[in-house]
Order: sequence, then C-alpha cells, then structure tokens
Amino acid sequence: MTVAAPLLTPEERVSYLAAGATLRSWLATTDHKRIAILYLISITIFFFIGGTAAALIRLDLLQPTRHFLTNEGYNRTFTLHGVVMVWFFLIPSIPATFGNFLIPLMIGAKDLAFPRLNLLSWYIYVLGGAVTVYVLIAGGVDTGWTFYTPLSTMFANGHVVAAAIAIIIVGFSSILTGLNFIVTVHKLRAPGMTWGRLPIFVWSHYATSLILVLATPVLAVTLVLLLAERVFHVGIFDPSLGGDPLLYQHMFWFYSHPAVYIMLLPGMGVVSELVSASAHKRLFGYWFVASASLAIAAVGFLVWGHHMFVAGQSLYASVIFSFLSIVVAVPSAIKVYNWTATLYKGDITLDAPFLFAMSFIGLFTIGGLTGLMLAMLAVDVHVHDTYFVIAHFHYIMVGGTVSAFFGALHFWWPKITGRLYSQFWGRISAMLIFVGFNLTFFPQFILGYLGMPRRYHIYPPELQVWHVLSSAGASILAVGYGLPFAYLLYSLRNGRAAGRNPWGVAGLEWTTPSPPPRENFLKPPVVTREAYAYPIEESGHDG
Amino acid sequence: MGRETRQLILVWAGLMLLLAATVAVTFSPLPTVVKPGMNLLIAGAKAALIVWVYMHLREQPGLNRVVALGALAWLVILVAMTLTDVATRALI
Amino acid sequence: MTAEHVTLAEQFVQPRQQRTADFMGMYVFLGTETMLFGALLALVFAYRLAHPAESAEAARHLKIWIATANTAVLLTSSLAVALGVHAARAGRRRALALGFAAAILLGVLFLGLKGYEYLQDFKEGLGPGTGAPSLLRVGPAALFIDLYFVATSLHAVHLSVGLGVLGWTAIRVLTQRTRVPQQAIVAEMSGLYWHFVDVVWVFLFPIFYLARA
Repeated sequence: MTVAAPLLTPEERVSYLAAGATLRSWLATTDHKRIAILYLISITIFFFIGGTAAALIRLDLLQPTRHFLTNEGYNRTFTLHGVVMVWFFLIPSIPATFGNFLIPLMIGAKDLAFPRLNLLSWYIYVLGGAVTVYVLIAGGVDTGWTFYTPLSTMFANGHVVAAAIAIIIVGFSSILTGLNFIVTVHKLRAPGMTWGRLPIFVWSHYATSLILVLATPVLAVTLVLLLAERVFHVGIFDPSLGGDPLLYQHMFWFYSHPAVYIMLLPGMGVVSELVSASAHKRLFGYWFVASASLAIAAVGFLVWGHHMFVAGQSLYASVIFSFLSIVVAVPSAIKVYNWTATLYKGDITLDAPFLFAMSFIGLFTIGGLTGLMLAMLAVDVHVHDTYFVIAHFHYIMVGGTVSAFFGALHFWWPKITGRLYSQFWGRISAMLIFVGFNLTFFPQFILGYLGMPRRYHIYPPELQVWHVLSSAGASILAVGYGLPFAYLLYSLRNGRAAGRNPWGVAGLEWTTPSPPPRENFLKPPVVTREAYAYPIEESGHDG
Repeated sequence: MGRETRQLILVWAGLMLLLAATVAVTFSPLPTVVKPGMNLLIAGAKAALIVWVYMHLREQPGLNRVVALGALAWLVILVAMTLTDVATRALI
Repeated sequence: MTAEHVTLAEQFVQPRQQRTADFMGMYVFLGTETMLFGALLALVFAYRLAHPAESAEAARHLKIWIATANTAVLLTSSLAVALGVHAARAGRRRALALGFAAAILLGVLFLGLKGYEYLQDFKEGLGPGTGAPSLLRVGPAALFIDLYFVATSLHAVHLSVGLGVLGWTAIRVLTQRTRVPQQAIVAEMSGLYWHFVDVVWVFLFPIFYLARA
C-alpha cells in the first residue's frame, strides 16, 4: 500500500505534533489542536463505556422473561448508558474535538480566544468523568438519565448524589467550550473573513455555543435543587409539601431539549462541509443553511414541553408546545433540501467520509419525520415512553450525530495526523454501520408501535422476534464502530503522507500543511474568496 | 476627587436611596398586589445602575451590550412558558 | 484608559481586540450565571404565585433587618471594588489593594451577618432537619423557606469565591506579579464578578425578604 512509509514525514517534523514530546507538553498544552486530541481520547473511552452498557442491554433483551440482569441491574445499566452517552460522549463529541481543532483553522486564527480556559475545560471534563467512573464502580444509579422526581429525590437507592455531581461538573466543561467558541468567532476572524464567508461548520458551532451557555446553567441549578431535596430532604418537588414534581421536569427539559440540538447542530455543520466536499461544488443556499442553524438553536428553546404531554401539563401549554415542535422541524428540513440541491449535478466522490454524510442525511430524515409524529399530541399519547421514542432519538443521535462524528473523523484525519488511511476499510465501516444501525433501530419503531415500553426488560413473548433482530443489528453495529480503530491507528505509522489538501476541496484548513504547524498558518491568511469557492486555487504543490 | 470617582460615589448614593425606597414600599400602606411588582422594578433599577456604571457597560461596544443582556431574554422565555403551564393547569 | 501598554496574548493581533474579547468572555460567563440564578428565582416566583398567602407568612419570619443591613453592606462593597478598579486603571496599585481589601472586609461582614441570621433561623425551627415541629415545616411555607436556604447559600458560595478572587487579585497587584495599568484587565474582570454577585443579591432581597407584604 505504501512505497516507503516514513516514521515522520517532513511536515510532521515541524508540526504541532512534534512541538514537545513529553507527557507534560501534552497535559499542560494550550494548543487547541492538542487539546482536541486529548478530548478525542477521553470521549472515545466513554463511548466504549456507554457502548458496553448498550451491549448489555441488547443482550438482556434477547429473552422476554429470562434475564441475566436483575430488574434493578437493568435500570442501572440503561441509566449508565444514557448518562455516559449524552454527557460524556455526544455533547462534547464534535465540538470539543473537531470544533476545537478546526475553528481557529477555519477562521484563520492562531488559537481560540482563551487557550488556558480551553485546557481547563478538558480537566473539568476529566474530573466529571472520574466521578462518573466512581458511580459506575460503586454500583450505579437507577433513575434513568432524566432523574425524574420524586423517584430520584425520595425513593431511589443508587448513587444519585454522586451522579448529579458528576453531571454538574461536566456541565461546566461544556459551558467553557461554548464561551470560548462565541468569543473566538466574534473576535478572532482573519482579515477578509466576514461572517458571510465563514464555513457552515463554524456557523453550526456558533449556534451550538449559544445553546451551551444559555441552557447548561439551568441544568446545573436543577440538579442542585435535586441534591438539596435528596440530601437535606427539603421538599421542593414533593407534592405532600405543596411542591410540584412537574416543575422539576420543566427545568430539566428546558435544558435537555436544547441539549439535543447541542448534540445535533455540530453534526449538521460537519455534513454541510462533507456534502460540499463530496460534490466538489459550493453549498447550495448558504444563507438559508446559516440562518437555519441559528433558527434551530433559538426555536429549540421553545419546545421542551413536548416531553411532558402525558405528565400532567396543562392542555393549553401542550398545544402551544406541540405547535412549536412542528415549527422547529422546518429549519432542519431546509438544511436537508439544501444538501440535496448541493449534490445535484455535483462531481460526487463516495470516499468513506462522504458515505457517512449520506448516511446522516437518510437516517436523520427518518429520525426527524418520526419526531414530527411525536410532536402530534394525539400520536404521542400512545407512543410516549415506548420504543418508538427510543428509535426516534437514536435515529437522530446515532444515525445522525455519530455518523457525522465518524464522517468528520474520516474527513479530517489526514489533516489532524498528516496520514492517509485505507479507503477500502473506511467504506466497509460506513456500510457496516449503516446496515447494522438500521437493523438495530428500525425494529424498535415497530416495537414501540406495538406497545413495548421503554426501560422495561420483561416483555410479552410475541415481541421477541423484533428484539432479536435489534440485538443482531447491534452486533453488526459494534463491528462497524470497532473497525476504524484498526485502520486509523494503523495509518499513524504506515499511512502515506496526506499533503495539504488530499481531497482537493475548499476551506482554509486545507491551505496549511498536514499536520498543521503549532501556530496553524505559515503566513497569517487574508481571505478574499467566499466559502466553498470552487474551483479551488492551487497555491502550490501538495505536501 | 476626579470626575469618575464622583460618579462612582453618586451611583452608590443612588443605590442606597433605592434600598430605602424598596423597604419603604414594603412597609407602606400600598395595596399588597402592587408591592412585588414595585419592588422588582426598584431591584431592576439598582441592577441597571450597577451593570451600566460599575460593570462598565457604558464603555462597551454594542455587541458586548447585547451579549451582557442576552441571557435576560432567555430567562423571560423560561419564566413565561413555564407559567403558561402552571397558570392554565386547572382550566383542563 | 489607553490600551497600548497592555500585554498582548499570542492569539490576538490588537490590544483593543483582546480587551473587547476579554469583556465579551466575562459577560458570556456572567450570562451563564444569570441563567443559573435566574432559573432558581423563576422557580421561587412560580411558587409565590401559586401560594401567595403561605409565602408571605413564611417571609415574615425572615430577618428583614439583617438582610437590609447586608444589602447596604454589599452595595458599599461594590463601591469599594469600583473605586479599586478605577485606581488600577490609573496604575495606583496600593489604592487598588485598599479598595479590594475594604470590599473583602465588607464581604466577610456579610457572611458573618448571614451566619448569625442562619443561626437565628435554625433556632426558630425554620431550617430543615431541625427536628422541632413547626408550622413552618409543612406545606408551601416550608417550600418557601427551603428555597430561601438554597438560594441564599448558593449566593454565599458565589460570594466566597468572589472573596477569593478579590484577594488573589489584590495580592498579585500589590506584589507586582500583575502589573497595573498594563494588566488592569485582571482587576476589571475580578470586579465584574463581584458586581454580579451583588446584582444577584439585589434580586434575592425583594424576592424573599420583601415577600412579607
């Protein structure tokens, strides 16, 4: 595959990777690119932990009435899966790795606005992660990732306090990341890099950062109140004292619904980049897509009550939330149309990253359409808290965000590491993931429609066939997710040198060597062209 | 004393006056239903003084002013929409 | 205040850019704190609207005069900090240290008064876990009191952090490890945090203590 695989390419010798080889140079770095890699390693570890929990769930669900997990054990497993996947994988996944690495490059800056704050955010993440590992080892918590009261405050017998503390801690990590991105995008753009020339990846992360800073503090104070009630037995959400458990849900979902857009928007930004790159064509409807990112962030704050349609919320409020939940689908749909229009008559290559992007578009559309179904009050009454909901959000979070994450990994790997990897194996991974994913989660729509409740592992025998299909799919999915480890890590030593722009695509990050030098650009860039300006200017030989 | 120092002390005097006012409102014979609103308004005035002068908002470019006050708009969303539920629950 | 003497970090190209960015960053952070306390106070507001009579009755047991004194103390501490920051911008490091020291003393006084107030509250059976049966430990009145404890202790935690920040800044400036006016931004940022803690109290005071009317 390679003629001569050098231990270090000439670019690598002067890149950010070579600038200091000690452990301390990594752990005390303020270089956004190194911090991105620190995050990449950490979130991968948590992806495995959450994935193991998922594997246990799918194994346990193979049989309707015989299980190797106790009821309590099952509760703790799905709670661990949710908590780890939401807060320790999905929320930081794209922003803290690719956002950190790419935003300064894409806007022509040397680093983020506050590099030391960036490093601090990683250490806070690690601290939150450590407390979570403690919770896991100590036996876990059984409330579900939503920690609904009064179960969590008065009756649960797991490690609620430690889990809540872990989440409060990791919340501050994401607040600092969002803060950094907002100030960076406003103040550190290179000369000529106007808002209208920013890649959509940057717009998406900007919108995400607005959500991060506005929503996460509400989660923090909600968990503080939960802790106060659990530890000091104050009765804020206790009905016997005049408290209102529904107010907990209001405050929890005020954060957690926008949180799903934190998890989704960066993935959409990745897909915009990948679609344009795949077609070698400028993105269709730039301002529509940019505005749609902001609209999703804004309207996403107005829909949280759709999680509470059957919880006792007033009908009038439910109607308003239902209407707004339909409205919020519009900007997402606009993005899908624009991606499709970009591909139309494009010169499309289907390398691994672009397969992941296509996966995203298809699977996200299914997830989004089923979200519209759930937004209808009359439908939701029947499928709330069933596997229909689980399938819906996994289509978006896994079919969508995780596909985008892998797409980003396969697209920017050459830039980050300076090495090319095997396209053959990349495509195999993408296809295994697509097939495995659908086999895992499509049966869950049917299960939900047939009445299978979520968070139960005992179920009627006639539903077993769907569960078996789903678990079979999960095993294929696991292989698909595991393969990249092999060929990507292999490429670190044995891959060909990538050169500046191996895909031949537009974007400031592709004008600098791979891997980039410590200060990102050999000469501070001046921007004269719009984003996605094709054909690209070849300003010198590759590599 | 310099101009700016005088302004800082004047702001403090204004804050103290507003504090006296808010306590006065609380113990005054005004109807009970208006007191929370009035006290919140006075608190808003105090906060505005602190934010505008002490927290340097008057020196900042427009963008920073929007940033500083942006969270308030989002609080309004949280309060307003939660209250629509609480207020209309009894109405079926 | 001219920006030309400022120490420029590597990722910035102009002093004014760095200064605006620093202020923007701090305002964003204080925006997150606004959402933190704002959500809590919104919750209290919802309970007050739902249970007006019990809230007012419970509020009458709060120590309004201690709280009024504390409000005056905190507002004065903000003056001290503002004067200190003004001094930092002019390069007068001892005046900064004096202003911040005064603010710290006032902050400690606040905490002392607050501690005394909590003691009184617990003696009257207001607090959770006091064991003593009390009309104020049941129903919506208990809710109001519990939220008062959560909100004021969260505020006290933030105030204590603020004391640390002010103290750290004052020491660094006094020992010239942080130079003024070149790095007055450090004092300005510390000041912003302290003033915010003050603003939170400005709203806590009427929402809890003045609910008695």
